[in-house]
Amino acid sequence: MNGWALGPETGLVGFPAVGAVVLAIAAARGRRLVVGLTVAATLAAFVLTLARVLSIGAYEQDIGGWGAPLGIGWRIDGFAVLMLGLSVVVGAVVSIYSLAYFGEDPGDRRRALFFWPLWLFLWSALHGLFLSRDLFNWYVTLELSGLAAVALIALSGRADALTGSLRYLLLALAASLLYLLGVVVLYSATGTLDLAQVASRMTPGPVALAAVLLITTGLVVKAALFPAHFWLPSAHASAPSPVSAVLSALVVKGGFYILARTMTGLWPAASADGVLLVLGWLGGAAVLWGSLLAIRQQRLKLVIAYSTVAQLGYLFIAFPFWMDGVGEQAASRAWAGAAYQAVSHGLAKAALFLAAGVLIHARGRDDLDALRGLGAHLPVTATAMALAGISLMGIPPGAGFLPKWMLMTAALQEGRIIPIMVLMAGGLLAVGYLFRIFRRLLAADDVALDHAPPRTMEIAALVLGILSVIAGLSSLPILSLLSIGAPEGMNAYLEGVP
Amino acid sequence: MTVTIYSLAAIALFVLGLYGLWWQPHLLRKLVSLNIASAGAFLLMVALAYRGGDPDPVPHALVLTGIVISVSATAFAVVLAARRYRETGSVELDEPEARS
Repeated sequence: MNGWALGPETGLVGFPAVGAVVLAIAAARGRRLVVGLTVAATLAAFVLTLARVLSIGAYEQDIGGWGAPLGIGWRIDGFAVLMLGLSVVVGAVVSIYSLAYFGEDPGDRRRALFFWPLWLFLWSALHGLFLSRDLFNWYVTLELSGLAAVALIALSGRADALTGSLRYLLLALAASLLYLLGVVVLYSATGTLDLAQVASRMTPGPVALAAVLLITTGLVVKAALFPAHFWLPSAHASAPSPVSAVLSALVVKGGFYILARTMTGLWPAASADGVLLVLGWLGGAAVLWGSLLAIRQQRLKLVIAYSTVAQLGYLFIAFPFWMDGVGEQAASRAWAGAAYQAVSHGLAKAALFLAAGVLIHARGRDDLDALRGLGAHLPVTATAMALAGISLMGIPPGAGFLPKWMLMTAALQEGRIIPIMVLMAGGLLAVGYLFRIFRRLLAADDVALDHAPPRTMEIAALVLGILSVIAGLSSLPILSLLSIGAPEGMNAYLEGVP
Repeated sequence: MTVTIYSLAAIALFVLGLYGLWWQPHLLRKLVSLNIASAGAFLLMVALAYRGGDPDPVPHALVLTGIVISVSATAFAVVLAARRYRETGSVELDEPEARS
Protein backbone atom coordinates (compact mmCIF):
# COMPACT_ATOMS: atom_id res chain seq x y z
CA MET A 1 0.00 0.00 0.00
CA ASN A 2 1.19 3.50 -0.79
CA GLY A 3 2.37 4.96 2.51
CA TRP A 4 1.19 8.47 1.78
CA ALA A 5 -2.19 7.63 0.32
CA LEU A 6 -4.47 10.11 2.02
CA GLY A 7 -8.13 10.21 1.05
CA PRO A 8 -10.42 13.24 1.17
CA GLU A 9 -11.74 12.05 4.54
CA THR A 10 -8.38 13.02 6.09
CA GLY A 11 -9.39 16.64 5.57
CA LEU A 12 -12.42 16.17 7.81
CA VAL A 13 -10.06 15.62 10.74
CA GLY A 14 -7.16 17.68 9.46
CA PHE A 15 -8.70 21.00 8.41
CA PRO A 16 -10.54 21.73 11.70
CA ALA A 17 -7.41 20.72 13.64
CA VAL A 18 -5.23 23.08 11.58
CA GLY A 19 -7.82 25.84 11.98
CA ALA A 20 -7.82 25.25 15.74
CA VAL A 21 -4.04 25.59 15.97
CA VAL A 22 -4.00 28.75 13.84
CA LEU A 23 -6.77 30.34 15.89
CA ALA A 24 -5.03 29.36 19.12
CA ILE A 25 -1.89 31.30 18.23
CA ALA A 26 -3.17 34.02 15.88
CA ALA A 27 -4.73 37.27 17.04
CA ALA A 28 -8.44 37.86 16.73
CA ARG A 29 -8.07 40.08 13.66
CA GLY A 30 -7.98 37.41 10.97
CA ARG A 31 -10.53 35.22 12.72
CA ARG A 32 -13.34 35.56 10.21
CA LEU A 33 -11.02 34.59 7.40
CA VAL A 34 -9.54 31.57 9.18
CA VAL A 35 -12.95 30.33 10.33
CA GLY A 36 -14.36 30.80 6.84
CA LEU A 37 -11.48 28.93 5.22
CA THR A 38 -11.67 26.10 7.77
CA VAL A 39 -15.42 25.69 7.27
CA ALA A 40 -15.12 25.82 3.48
CA ALA A 41 -12.24 23.32 3.42
CA THR A 42 -14.08 20.93 5.74
CA LEU A 43 -17.23 21.14 3.63
CA ALA A 44 -15.18 20.43 0.50
CA ALA A 45 -13.51 17.44 2.17
CA PHE A 46 -16.94 16.11 3.06
CA VAL A 47 -18.30 16.53 -0.46
CA LEU A 48 -15.28 14.65 -1.87
CA THR A 49 -15.66 11.88 0.71
CA LEU A 50 -19.34 11.57 -0.13
CA ALA A 51 -18.55 11.45 -3.85
CA ARG A 52 -15.95 8.76 -3.27
CA VAL A 53 -18.30 6.57 -1.23
CA LEU A 54 -21.05 7.01 -3.81
CA SER A 55 -18.73 5.98 -6.65
CA ILE A 56 -16.66 3.14 -5.15
CA GLY A 57 -18.79 2.08 -2.15
CA ALA A 58 -17.50 1.60 1.40
CA TYR A 59 -13.73 1.80 1.60
CA GLU A 60 -10.92 1.49 4.12
CA GLN A 61 -8.05 3.84 4.71
CA ASP A 62 -4.97 3.20 6.83
CA ILE A 63 -3.50 6.54 7.82
CA GLY A 64 0.04 6.83 6.52
CA GLY A 65 -0.08 3.18 5.53
CA TRP A 66 -0.09 2.03 9.16
CA GLY A 67 -3.05 -0.25 9.78
CA ALA A 68 -4.16 -2.30 12.76
CA PRO A 69 -2.96 -3.04 15.39
CA LEU A 70 -0.67 -0.02 15.95
CA GLY A 71 -1.80 2.38 13.22
CA ILE A 72 -5.06 4.15 12.67
CA GLY A 73 -7.44 2.28 10.38
CA TRP A 74 -10.53 4.05 9.09
CA ARG A 75 -13.53 2.53 7.38
CA ILE A 76 -15.86 4.84 5.51
CA ASP A 77 -19.34 3.51 4.81
CA GLY A 78 -22.84 4.97 4.44
CA PHE A 79 -23.55 5.24 8.17
CA ALA A 80 -20.20 6.95 8.79
CA VAL A 81 -20.79 9.42 5.92
CA LEU A 82 -24.30 10.17 7.20
CA MET A 83 -23.02 11.01 10.68
CA LEU A 84 -20.11 12.98 9.20
CA GLY A 85 -22.61 14.88 7.07
CA LEU A 86 -24.67 15.75 10.13
CA SER A 87 -21.55 16.90 11.94
CA VAL A 88 -20.21 18.92 9.01
CA VAL A 89 -23.53 20.68 8.34
CA VAL A 90 -24.34 21.44 11.97
CA GLY A 91 -20.72 22.40 12.60
CA ALA A 92 -20.60 24.79 9.65
CA VAL A 93 -23.83 26.54 10.64
CA VAL A 94 -22.78 26.71 14.31
CA SER A 95 -19.44 28.23 13.26
CA ILE A 96 -21.15 31.01 11.30
CA TYR A 97 -23.61 31.59 14.16
CA SER A 98 -20.74 31.77 16.63
CA LEU A 99 -18.95 34.48 14.64
CA ALA A 100 -21.92 36.69 15.48
CA TYR A 101 -22.57 35.23 18.95
CA PHE A 102 -19.08 35.93 20.29
CA GLY A 103 -17.93 39.38 19.47
CA GLU A 104 -20.30 41.75 21.21
CA ASP A 105 -18.90 42.82 24.57
CA PRO A 106 -15.28 42.54 25.82
CA GLY A 107 -16.09 39.48 28.00
CA ASP A 108 -17.34 37.70 24.90
CA ARG A 109 -14.20 38.62 23.03
CA ARG A 110 -12.10 36.99 25.74
CA ARG A 111 -14.27 33.89 25.65
CA ALA A 112 -13.98 33.75 21.86
CA LEU A 113 -10.22 33.37 22.21
CA PHE A 114 -10.86 30.03 23.91
CA PHE A 115 -14.03 29.08 22.09
CA TRP A 116 -12.59 28.83 18.59
CA PRO A 117 -9.66 26.46 19.18
CA LEU A 118 -11.72 24.28 21.51
CA TRP A 119 -14.67 24.06 19.17
CA LEU A 120 -12.56 23.25 16.11
CA PHE A 121 -10.64 20.59 18.06
CA LEU A 122 -13.98 19.13 19.12
CA TRP A 123 -15.16 19.12 15.50
CA SER A 124 -11.97 17.36 14.40
CA ALA A 125 -12.22 14.76 17.21
CA LEU A 126 -15.84 13.98 16.34
CA HIS A 127 -14.91 13.33 12.72
CA GLY A 128 -12.12 11.04 13.89
CA LEU A 129 -14.64 9.18 16.00
CA PHE A 130 -17.07 8.68 13.13
CA LEU A 131 -14.26 7.48 10.82
CA SER A 132 -12.64 5.04 13.26
CA ARG A 133 -13.30 1.36 13.33
CA ASP A 134 -10.94 0.49 16.10
CA LEU A 135 -11.77 0.12 19.79
CA PHE A 136 -8.76 2.02 21.11
CA ASN A 137 -9.01 4.91 18.65
CA TRP A 138 -12.56 5.30 19.82
CA TYR A 139 -11.26 5.63 23.38
CA VAL A 140 -8.87 8.36 22.25
CA THR A 141 -11.48 10.26 20.21
CA LEU A 142 -14.01 9.95 23.04
CA GLU A 143 -11.49 11.53 25.43
CA LEU A 144 -10.54 14.24 22.94
CA SER A 145 -14.13 15.22 22.25
CA GLY A 146 -15.07 14.86 25.92
CA LEU A 147 -12.31 17.11 27.23
CA ALA A 148 -12.97 19.76 24.59
CA ALA A 149 -16.69 19.60 25.39
CA VAL A 150 -16.06 20.06 29.13
CA ALA A 151 -13.87 23.10 28.48
CA LEU A 152 -16.54 24.58 26.20
CA ILE A 153 -19.23 24.13 28.86
CA ALA A 154 -17.07 25.92 31.43
CA LEU A 155 -16.50 28.82 29.01
CA SER A 156 -18.80 31.30 30.71
CA GLY A 157 -16.96 30.83 34.02
CA ARG A 158 -20.25 31.10 35.93
CA ALA A 159 -20.73 28.86 38.98
CA ASP A 160 -23.49 26.75 37.40
CA ALA A 161 -21.40 26.16 34.27
CA LEU A 162 -18.37 25.15 36.36
CA THR A 163 -20.48 22.72 38.39
CA GLY A 164 -22.09 21.27 35.29
CA SER A 165 -18.78 20.87 33.49
CA LEU A 166 -17.02 19.31 36.50
CA ARG A 167 -19.77 16.76 37.03
CA TYR A 168 -19.68 15.95 33.32
CA LEU A 169 -15.89 15.65 33.38
CA LEU A 170 -15.79 13.26 36.35
CA LEU A 171 -18.54 11.06 34.92
CA ALA A 172 -17.06 11.10 31.43
CA LEU A 173 -13.64 10.08 32.75
CA ALA A 174 -15.11 7.27 34.83
CA ALA A 175 -17.13 6.13 31.82
CA SER A 176 -14.03 6.17 29.62
CA LEU A 177 -12.21 4.01 32.16
CA LEU A 178 -15.01 1.44 32.15
CA TYR A 179 -14.90 1.44 28.36
CA LEU A 180 -11.11 1.13 28.37
CA LEU A 181 -11.23 -1.79 30.81
CA GLY A 182 -13.70 -3.56 28.50
CA VAL A 183 -11.41 -2.95 25.55
CA VAL A 184 -8.46 -4.39 27.49
CA VAL A 185 -10.46 -7.52 28.30
CA LEU A 186 -11.38 -7.89 24.64
CA TYR A 187 -7.78 -7.38 23.57
CA SER A 188 -6.45 -9.98 25.97
CA ALA A 189 -9.07 -12.44 24.68
CA THR A 190 -8.59 -11.77 20.96
CA GLY A 191 -5.19 -10.07 20.54
CA THR A 192 -6.56 -7.28 18.33
CA LEU A 193 -8.41 -3.97 18.58
CA ASP A 194 -9.89 -3.81 15.10
CA LEU A 195 -13.67 -4.16 15.31
CA ALA A 196 -14.01 -6.73 12.52
CA GLN A 197 -11.06 -8.81 13.74
CA VAL A 198 -12.32 -8.80 17.34
CA ALA A 199 -15.73 -9.94 16.13
CA SER A 200 -14.32 -12.84 14.13
CA ARG A 201 -12.13 -14.07 16.98
CA MET A 202 -14.54 -13.65 19.88
CA THR A 203 -16.23 -16.62 21.51
CA PRO A 204 -19.33 -16.27 23.71
CA GLY A 205 -18.67 -16.78 27.38
CA PRO A 206 -18.13 -14.96 30.67
CA VAL A 207 -15.11 -13.02 29.36
CA ALA A 208 -17.03 -11.71 26.35
CA LEU A 209 -20.00 -10.83 28.55
CA ALA A 210 -17.79 -8.94 31.02
CA ALA A 211 -16.31 -6.94 28.13
CA VAL A 212 -19.77 -6.23 26.71
CA LEU A 213 -21.04 -5.01 30.07
CA LEU A 214 -18.02 -2.77 30.72
CA ILE A 215 -18.06 -1.20 27.25
CA THR A 216 -21.82 -0.77 27.20
CA THR A 217 -21.92 0.83 30.66
CA GLY A 218 -19.20 3.28 29.71
CA LEU A 219 -20.86 4.27 26.46
CA VAL A 220 -24.33 4.53 28.00
CA VAL A 221 -22.99 7.22 30.34
CA LYS A 222 -21.41 9.03 27.38
CA ALA A 223 -24.64 8.81 25.39
CA ALA A 224 -26.64 10.07 28.42
CA LEU A 225 -29.11 7.19 28.30
CA PHE A 226 -31.55 7.08 31.23
CA PRO A 227 -30.69 6.57 34.14
CA ALA A 228 -27.18 7.88 33.37
CA HIS A 229 -28.62 11.07 31.90
CA PHE A 230 -28.48 13.23 35.02
CA TRP A 231 -25.27 15.02 34.06
CA LEU A 232 -26.73 16.19 30.74
CA PRO A 233 -29.32 18.89 31.55
CA SER A 234 -27.11 20.99 33.81
CA ALA A 235 -24.13 20.67 31.46
CA HIS A 236 -26.04 21.37 28.24
CA ALA A 237 -28.18 24.14 29.68
CA SER A 238 -25.35 26.09 31.33
CA ALA A 239 -23.12 26.12 28.23
CA PRO A 240 -23.16 29.02 25.71
CA SER A 241 -25.95 28.39 23.17
CA PRO A 242 -23.80 27.37 20.18
CA VAL A 243 -21.99 24.95 22.48
CA SER A 244 -25.31 23.53 23.73
CA ALA A 245 -26.29 22.96 20.11
CA VAL A 246 -23.11 21.03 19.35
CA LEU A 247 -23.28 19.00 22.57
CA SER A 248 -26.88 17.92 22.07
CA ALA A 249 -26.73 17.44 18.33
CA LEU A 250 -23.31 15.80 17.96
CA VAL A 251 -21.30 14.94 21.07
CA VAL A 252 -23.83 12.60 22.71
CA LYS A 253 -24.24 10.89 19.34
CA GLY A 254 -20.61 9.75 19.61
CA GLY A 255 -21.47 7.31 22.39
CA PHE A 256 -24.51 6.11 20.49
CA TYR A 257 -22.49 5.68 17.30
CA ILE A 258 -19.88 3.43 18.92
CA LEU A 259 -22.61 1.43 20.66
CA ALA A 260 -24.49 0.94 17.39
CA ARG A 261 -21.26 -0.10 15.67
CA THR A 262 -20.26 -2.57 18.36
CA MET A 263 -23.81 -3.91 18.77
CA THR A 264 -24.16 -4.72 15.09
CA GLY A 265 -20.52 -5.66 14.45
CA LEU A 266 -19.32 -7.28 17.62
CA TRP A 267 -22.02 -8.36 20.03
CA PRO A 268 -23.68 -10.94 17.78
CA ALA A 269 -20.47 -12.88 18.38
CA ALA A 270 -20.82 -12.41 22.13
CA SER A 271 -24.56 -13.27 22.06
CA ALA A 272 -25.47 -10.60 24.56
CA ASP A 273 -29.20 -10.45 23.88
CA GLY A 274 -30.01 -9.50 27.45
CA VAL A 275 -27.92 -6.35 27.13
CA LEU A 276 -29.79 -5.32 23.96
CA LEU A 277 -33.12 -5.82 25.67
CA VAL A 278 -32.10 -3.77 28.71
CA LEU A 279 -30.92 -0.95 26.44
CA GLY A 280 -34.32 -0.96 24.75
CA TRP A 281 -36.18 -0.69 28.06
CA LEU A 282 -33.88 2.10 29.22
CA GLY A 283 -34.50 3.90 25.91
CA GLY A 284 -38.24 3.68 26.43
CA ALA A 285 -37.91 4.92 30.01
CA ALA A 286 -35.74 7.80 28.76
CA VAL A 287 -38.42 8.88 26.27
CA LEU A 288 -41.08 9.05 28.97
CA TRP A 289 -38.98 10.37 31.86
CA GLY A 290 -37.11 12.96 29.80
CA SER A 291 -40.33 14.28 28.26
CA LEU A 292 -42.11 14.49 31.63
CA LEU A 293 -39.21 16.41 33.15
CA ALA A 294 -39.06 18.68 30.09
CA ILE A 295 -42.69 19.60 30.73
CA ARG A 296 -41.85 20.60 34.30
CA GLN A 297 -38.87 22.88 33.57
CA GLN A 298 -39.15 26.66 33.93
CA ARG A 299 -36.06 27.62 31.94
CA LEU A 300 -35.96 27.50 28.15
CA LYS A 301 -32.64 25.71 27.78
CA LEU A 302 -33.52 23.14 30.42
CA VAL A 303 -36.70 22.27 28.50
CA ILE A 304 -34.60 21.71 25.38
CA ALA A 305 -31.93 19.77 27.31
CA TYR A 306 -34.47 17.38 28.85
CA SER A 307 -35.96 16.98 25.40
CA THR A 308 -32.53 15.69 24.35
CA VAL A 309 -32.72 13.05 27.09
CA ALA A 310 -36.10 11.96 25.66
CA GLN A 311 -35.06 12.04 22.01
CA LEU A 312 -31.90 10.01 22.71
CA GLY A 313 -34.18 7.33 24.12
CA TYR A 314 -35.62 6.67 20.65
CA LEU A 315 -32.15 5.70 19.44
CA PHE A 316 -32.02 2.88 21.98
CA ILE A 317 -35.53 1.57 21.33
CA ALA A 318 -33.98 0.11 18.16
CA PHE A 319 -31.45 -2.07 20.01
CA PRO A 320 -33.71 -5.01 21.05
CA PHE A 321 -34.54 -5.54 17.38
CA TRP A 322 -30.97 -6.77 16.88
CA MET A 323 -31.46 -9.77 19.19
CA ASP A 324 -31.30 -13.31 17.85
CA GLY A 325 -34.57 -14.48 16.36
CA VAL A 326 -35.85 -11.08 15.23
CA GLY A 327 -36.75 -11.03 11.52
CA GLU A 328 -34.21 -9.41 9.23
CA GLN A 329 -36.82 -6.95 7.95
CA ALA A 330 -37.57 -5.64 11.45
CA ALA A 331 -33.89 -5.59 12.47
CA SER A 332 -32.85 -3.60 9.42
CA ARG A 333 -35.81 -1.21 9.72
CA ALA A 334 -34.85 -0.51 13.33
CA TRP A 335 -31.24 0.03 12.32
CA ALA A 336 -32.16 2.51 9.60
CA GLY A 337 -34.62 4.17 11.97
CA ALA A 338 -31.97 4.68 14.66
CA ALA A 339 -29.47 6.16 12.20
CA TYR A 340 -32.18 8.42 10.75
CA GLN A 341 -33.24 9.53 14.22
CA ALA A 342 -29.64 10.46 15.05
CA VAL A 343 -29.61 12.80 12.04
CA SER A 344 -33.09 14.24 12.45
CA HIS A 345 -32.64 14.92 16.15
CA GLY A 346 -29.23 16.44 15.50
CA LEU A 347 -30.60 18.96 12.99
CA ALA A 348 -33.74 19.83 14.96
CA LYS A 349 -32.01 20.10 18.33
CA ALA A 350 -29.20 22.27 16.98
CA ALA A 351 -31.84 24.55 15.41
CA LEU A 352 -33.71 24.78 18.74
CA PHE A 353 -30.61 25.62 20.78
CA LEU A 354 -29.43 28.21 18.24
CA ALA A 355 -32.90 29.78 18.24
CA ALA A 356 -32.89 29.69 22.05
CA GLY A 357 -29.60 31.59 21.94
CA VAL A 358 -31.26 34.31 19.84
CA LEU A 359 -34.22 34.59 22.24
CA ILE A 360 -32.00 34.69 25.33
CA HIS A 361 -29.86 37.33 23.68
CA ALA A 362 -32.98 39.39 22.95
CA ARG A 363 -34.23 39.30 26.53
CA GLY A 364 -31.06 38.76 28.56
CA ARG A 365 -32.66 35.94 30.60
CA ASP A 366 -33.81 32.42 29.91
CA ASP A 367 -36.93 31.71 31.98
CA LEU A 368 -39.89 30.63 29.87
CA ASP A 369 -42.00 33.67 30.71
CA ALA A 370 -39.35 35.96 29.24
CA LEU A 371 -40.39 34.57 25.86
CA ARG A 372 -43.87 36.08 25.92
CA GLY A 373 -44.61 38.03 22.78
CA LEU A 374 -41.15 37.62 21.26
CA GLY A 375 -42.55 35.85 18.19
CA ALA A 376 -43.87 39.11 16.74
CA HIS A 377 -40.42 40.72 16.97
CA LEU A 378 -38.40 37.75 15.82
CA PRO A 379 -40.50 35.91 13.24
CA VAL A 380 -37.46 34.26 11.64
CA THR A 381 -36.40 32.68 14.92
CA ALA A 382 -39.96 31.67 15.75
CA THR A 383 -40.19 29.95 12.35
CA ALA A 384 -36.91 28.13 12.97
CA MET A 385 -38.27 26.87 16.28
CA ALA A 386 -41.55 25.80 14.71
CA LEU A 387 -39.81 23.82 11.94
CA ALA A 388 -37.52 22.11 14.45
CA GLY A 389 -40.53 21.45 16.67
CA ILE A 390 -42.41 19.75 13.83
CA SER A 391 -39.49 17.38 13.43
CA LEU A 392 -39.16 16.66 17.16
CA MET A 393 -42.88 16.01 17.56
CA GLY A 394 -42.66 13.51 14.71
CA ILE A 395 -45.14 15.22 12.40
CA PRO A 396 -44.54 14.74 8.64
CA PRO A 397 -42.77 16.22 6.73
CA GLY A 398 -40.38 16.82 9.64
CA ALA A 399 -37.38 14.51 9.65
CA GLY A 400 -38.42 13.14 13.06
CA PHE A 401 -41.46 11.41 11.58
CA LEU A 402 -39.73 8.76 9.47
CA PRO A 403 -37.47 7.21 12.12
CA LYS A 404 -40.41 6.84 14.49
CA TRP A 405 -42.44 5.35 11.65
CA MET A 406 -39.68 2.86 10.84
CA LEU A 407 -39.36 1.84 14.48
CA MET A 408 -43.13 1.51 14.76
CA THR A 409 -43.43 -0.70 11.68
CA ALA A 410 -40.52 -2.82 12.92
CA ALA A 411 -42.37 -3.28 16.20
CA LEU A 412 -45.57 -4.15 14.31
CA GLN A 413 -43.76 -6.79 12.27
CA GLU A 414 -42.53 -8.39 15.46
CA GLY A 415 -45.88 -7.98 17.19
CA ARG A 416 -44.43 -5.80 19.96
CA ILE A 417 -46.96 -3.44 21.53
CA ILE A 418 -44.86 -1.67 24.16
CA PRO A 419 -42.44 0.10 21.76
CA ILE A 420 -45.42 1.36 19.77
CA MET A 421 -47.07 2.75 22.88
CA VAL A 422 -43.84 4.44 23.99
CA LEU A 423 -43.28 5.94 20.53
CA MET A 424 -46.79 7.38 20.41
CA ALA A 425 -46.67 8.65 24.00
CA GLY A 426 -43.28 10.23 23.28
CA GLY A 427 -44.68 12.18 20.34
CA LEU A 428 -47.60 13.41 22.40
CA LEU A 429 -45.37 14.45 25.30
CA ALA A 430 -43.10 16.30 22.86
CA VAL A 431 -46.12 18.34 21.78
CA GLY A 432 -46.67 19.03 25.47
CA TYR A 433 -43.26 20.47 26.24
CA LEU A 434 -42.75 22.25 22.91
CA PHE A 435 -46.08 24.05 23.10
CA ARG A 436 -45.07 25.47 26.48
CA ILE A 437 -42.46 27.36 24.43
CA PHE A 438 -44.62 28.16 21.39
CA ARG A 439 -47.60 29.37 23.45
CA ARG A 440 -45.47 32.03 25.12
CA LEU A 441 -43.56 32.89 21.98
CA LEU A 442 -46.76 33.57 20.04
CA ALA A 443 -48.60 35.33 22.88
CA ALA A 444 -50.07 38.69 21.87
CA ASP A 445 -48.23 40.55 24.65
CA ASP A 446 -46.67 43.82 23.61
CA VAL A 447 -43.04 43.69 24.71
CA ALA A 448 -39.90 45.56 23.78
CA LEU A 449 -36.65 43.82 22.90
CA ASP A 450 -33.74 44.46 25.27
CA HIS A 451 -31.21 43.82 22.50
CA ALA A 452 -31.74 43.31 18.80
CA PRO A 453 -30.03 39.98 18.03
CA PRO A 454 -27.62 39.82 15.07
CA ARG A 455 -29.34 38.81 11.83
CA THR A 456 -26.73 36.08 11.20
CA MET A 457 -27.78 34.24 14.34
CA GLU A 458 -31.44 34.24 13.32
CA ILE A 459 -30.71 33.02 9.82
CA ALA A 460 -28.35 30.28 11.03
CA ALA A 461 -31.11 28.89 13.25
CA LEU A 462 -33.58 29.09 10.36
CA VAL A 463 -31.22 27.23 8.02
CA LEU A 464 -31.05 24.29 10.44
CA GLY A 465 -34.82 24.42 10.91
CA ILE A 466 -35.37 24.24 7.16
CA LEU A 467 -32.81 21.43 6.89
CA SER A 468 -34.66 19.41 9.50
CA VAL A 469 -37.67 19.45 7.19
CA ILE A 470 -35.61 18.83 4.03
CA ALA A 471 -34.05 15.78 5.73
CA GLY A 472 -37.59 14.48 6.17
CA LEU A 473 -38.45 15.01 2.50
CA SER A 474 -35.24 13.46 1.15
CA SER A 475 -35.58 10.04 2.73
CA LEU A 476 -34.60 8.16 -0.44
CA PRO A 477 -31.09 9.59 -0.81
CA ILE A 478 -30.50 9.22 2.93
CA LEU A 479 -31.64 5.59 3.04
CA SER A 480 -29.72 4.61 -0.09
CA LEU A 481 -26.61 6.23 1.41
CA LEU A 482 -27.14 4.18 4.57
CA SER A 483 -27.29 0.97 2.55
CA ILE A 484 -23.68 1.45 1.35
CA GLY A 485 -21.59 -0.99 3.37
CA ALA A 486 -24.39 -1.57 5.88
CA PRO A 487 -23.51 -4.15 8.55
CA GLU A 488 -24.43 -7.76 7.91
CA GLY A 489 -28.13 -8.44 8.37
CA MET A 490 -29.04 -4.73 8.32
CA ASN A 491 -29.65 -4.42 4.61
CA ALA A 492 -32.94 -6.29 4.07
CA TYR A 493 -35.10 -3.19 4.43
CA LEU A 494 -32.68 -0.87 2.64
CA GLU A 495 -32.48 -3.15 -0.39
CA GLY A 496 -36.12 -2.34 -1.06
CA VAL A 497 -35.12 1.33 -1.40
CA PRO A 498 -34.63 2.20 -5.09
CA MET B 1 0.32 -17.04 38.70
CA THR B 2 2.10 -13.70 38.71
CA VAL B 3 -0.30 -12.46 36.06
CA THR B 4 -3.25 -13.48 38.24
CA ILE B 5 -1.92 -11.58 41.25
CA TYR B 6 -1.32 -8.45 39.19
CA SER B 7 -4.72 -8.71 37.52
CA LEU B 8 -6.57 -9.14 40.80
CA ALA B 9 -4.67 -6.22 42.32
CA ALA B 10 -5.51 -4.14 39.25
CA ILE B 11 -9.22 -4.92 39.50
CA ALA B 12 -9.15 -4.18 43.24
CA LEU B 13 -7.55 -0.77 42.54
CA PHE B 14 -10.11 -0.04 39.84
CA VAL B 15 -13.09 -0.87 42.04
CA LEU B 16 -11.58 1.05 44.97
CA GLY B 17 -11.07 4.08 42.73
CA LEU B 18 -14.61 4.04 41.39
CA TYR B 19 -15.96 3.64 44.93
CA GLY B 20 -14.02 6.70 46.05
CA LEU B 21 -15.10 8.70 43.01
CA TRP B 22 -18.72 8.04 43.84
CA TRP B 23 -18.69 8.43 47.64
CA GLN B 24 -15.98 10.98 48.46
CA PRO B 25 -17.59 14.43 48.58
CA HIS B 26 -14.38 16.48 48.29
CA LEU B 27 -13.46 17.20 44.67
CA LEU B 28 -9.74 16.58 45.18
CA ARG B 29 -10.50 13.22 46.78
CA LYS B 30 -12.69 12.40 43.80
CA LEU B 31 -9.80 13.21 41.50
CA VAL B 32 -7.34 11.09 43.49
CA SER B 33 -9.87 8.26 43.37
CA LEU B 34 -10.18 8.65 39.64
CA ASN B 35 -6.42 8.36 39.30
CA ILE B 36 -6.39 5.24 41.45
CA ALA B 37 -9.01 3.73 39.13
CA SER B 38 -6.92 4.68 36.08
CA ALA B 39 -3.87 3.09 37.69
CA GLY B 40 -5.91 -0.08 38.07
CA ALA B 41 -6.91 -0.07 34.41
CA PHE B 42 -3.32 0.57 33.30
CA LEU B 43 -1.91 -2.10 35.61
CA LEU B 44 -4.34 -4.61 34.14
CA MET B 45 -3.18 -3.72 30.65
CA VAL B 46 0.46 -4.23 31.60
CA ALA B 47 -0.32 -7.48 33.40
CA LEU B 48 -2.30 -8.93 30.51
CA ALA B 49 0.48 -8.05 28.06
CA TYR B 50 2.55 -10.86 29.58
CA ARG B 51 1.53 -14.20 28.20
CA GLY B 52 4.75 -16.16 28.66
CA GLY B 53 7.77 -15.31 26.52
CA ASP B 54 8.18 -11.71 25.39
CA PRO B 55 5.50 -9.29 26.55
CA ASP B 56 3.09 -7.94 23.93
CA PRO B 57 4.14 -4.33 23.09
CA VAL B 58 0.68 -3.15 21.98
CA PRO B 59 -0.85 -2.81 25.48
CA HIS B 60 2.29 -0.97 26.59
CA ALA B 61 1.79 1.55 23.80
CA LEU B 62 -1.85 1.90 24.81
CA VAL B 63 -0.92 2.46 28.45
CA LEU B 64 1.39 5.31 27.43
CA THR B 65 -1.46 6.96 25.52
CA GLY B 66 -3.75 6.35 28.47
CA ILE B 67 -1.30 7.94 30.93
CA VAL B 68 -0.95 11.04 28.75
CA ILE B 69 -4.74 11.42 28.59
CA SER B 70 -5.10 10.78 32.32
CA VAL B 71 -2.45 13.37 33.27
CA SER B 72 -3.98 16.08 31.07
CA ALA B 73 -7.49 15.31 32.24
CA THR B 74 -6.42 15.48 35.88
CA ALA B 75 -4.63 18.79 35.38
CA PHE B 76 -7.68 20.19 33.64
CA ALA B 77 -10.02 18.97 36.38
CA VAL B 78 -7.82 20.54 39.08
CA VAL B 79 -7.96 23.89 37.25
CA LEU B 80 -11.75 23.66 36.95
CA ALA B 81 -12.11 22.74 40.62
CA ALA B 82 -9.84 25.59 41.70
CA ARG B 83 -11.80 28.07 39.58
CA ARG B 84 -15.06 26.76 40.98
CA TYR B 85 -13.69 27.16 44.52
CA ARG B 86 -12.87 30.81 43.75
CA GLU B 87 -16.37 31.39 42.35
CA THR B 88 -18.42 29.53 44.95
CA GLY B 89 -16.14 28.82 47.93
CA SER B 90 -17.19 25.18 47.72
CA VAL B 91 -15.00 22.12 47.28
CA GLU B 92 -17.92 19.70 46.92
CA LEU B 93 -20.30 19.21 44.05
CA ASP B 94 -23.01 18.71 46.72
CA GLU B 95 -25.69 17.70 44.30
CA PRO B 96 -27.91 14.88 45.51
CA GLU B 97 -27.59 12.99 42.20
CA ALA B 98 -23.81 12.96 42.38
CA ARG B 99 -23.69 11.10 45.64
CA SER B 100 -26.92 9.18 46.21
